[in-house]
Amino acid sequence: MNMMSEAAVEKALDQKMNDVSYKMVGKDVSVYYGEKRALFDVNLNVRENTVTALIGPSGCGKSTFLRCLNRMNDTIESCRVTGRITLDTDDIYDPSIDVVELRARVGMVFQKPNPFPKSIYENIAYGPRIHGLARNKADMDQIVEASLQRAGLWNEAKDRLQESGTGLSGGQQQRLCIARAIAVSPEVILMDEPCSALDPIATAKVEELIHELRSNYTIVIVTHSMQQAARVSQRTAMFHLGQLVEENDTDKMFTNPDDQRTQDYIMGRFG
Amino acid sequence: MPSHILSAYDEDLKYLNRRISEMGGLAEQMCGDAVRALVNSDGALAQKVISDDVILDHAEREIQEKAIVTIAKRQPMAADLREIIGTLRIAADLERVGDLGKNTAKRVIAVQGTGVPRKLARGLEHLSELALVQLKEVLDVFSSRSVQKAEAIRQRDEEIDAMYTSLFRELLTYMMEDPRNITSCTHLLFCAKNIERIGDHATNIAETIYYIATGAQPEGERPKDDTSNTLGAVAE
Repeated sequence: MNMMSEAAVEKALDQKMNDVSYKMVGKDVSVYYGEKRALFDVNLNVRENTVTALIGPSGCGKSTFLRCLNRMNDTIESCRVTGRITLDTDDIYDPSIDVVELRARVGMVFQKPNPFPKSIYENIAYGPRIHGLARNKADMDQIVEASLQRAGLWNEAKDRLQESGTGLSGGQQQRLCIARAIAVSPEVILMDEPCSALDPIATAKVEELIHELRSNYTIVIVTHSMQQAARVSQRTAMFHLGQLVEENDTDKMFTNPDDQRTQDYIMGRFG
Repeated sequence: MPSHILSAYDEDLKYLNRRISEMGGLAEQMCGDAVRALVNSDGALAQKVISDDVILDHAEREIQEKAIVTIAKRQPMAADLREIIGTLRIAADLERVGDLGKNTAKRVIAVQGTGVPRKLARGLEHLSELALVQLKEVLDVFSSRSVQKAEAIRQRDEEIDAMYTSLFRELLTYMMEDPRNITSCTHLLFCAKNIERIGDHATNIAETIYYIATGAQPEGERPKDDTSNTLGAVAE
């Protein structure tokens, strides 16, 4: 084995530090619901192939920010977004952007599992079909299997692909939703409290899945469970009253955060 | 720092703090008594120190159990986590301090009747005063969590080291003067070493408090002035 000199190790580490690539960049993002301002000039960059956790008390704006990342807030009439959010180099709020295509690149998994009231197979196949990702049945079969494999659901679902997705257990339904999100080969997956309706075993399975997906996808997860944020993420961002309070390495965030508000929140003390 | 939303959590942490203070008080008393027993050839007092050690060991185990249960139940984060881990480390240091006091007390019986020279006894007393002041102050800092004071205590370990080195030299002289002194002087040397180590544990505790308060390790090497490990050359 080659022993690296201390200087060489430091240099390598330095390079690695500087070699951060951002998948999504949010600059001065503000969100208004009618007159009410929900986010105040948030500057948050999402690193590629990294799990970023958004934490903070209820109403702090973390879900609002998450929903900005694939323009899910467009569906709310009174909602107005200012600032700039880019995916790679594309401004996602540019009028030339096709929102349907954007949401294929930036997929989403919600708090409550929401499979379509269709078969397991159709739940997965729907997205690839409307985006024209499969040329024939064999292609589609392959996408369905690969997506279910990746979501860790294949063994449980392979013999019941034609049964309804809503017949699965809660944890299985959530993994089905993740499989559905993966099926259109997104680059970023947004998760809004994906485990809050699941039992600890199903939660552990989803967390394991997040861990595995990280090598191929960029993941942003909103969670109310501090332990979950600590377990699954590499970066953590703390929101409070519509502002980004602190963004840091998860290891640092949960042992020695820089901001007093983060400290009080994660320790469960009155802020 | 604001209190926890869950008040039972605050109670858990308070309990750990209180037990550490109690352990600290007992360890301090044991060490003081051990040296007093040595200087005054007081076998009964030495015996008391030896039996007190059981209480200290028991307290350490209780702190450990409480800390483990608290970690499991509360899943502490950040400063809370550092506090609980720090408590475990401090309890271990205090338990060692008690052992050193006990070991000193055991040697009282061995040196009884040999007549510890007055000068050496005063030297030992002085050394133990320094070490006990360190221990007492570090326990005060544990309550106040003053980072500056924790650092100051860490800087002062040097004094104890210097004092120990000079005692070491004196003991060597006595042994060379009359080989009949060797047995008692060797015991006294171990006692001096025990006391010097108490100072080291006080310094460990100061470092742990610094870590609890800041989340960082204190910077730089701790100052050392124990040159006794090279003193053999002088004696030749």
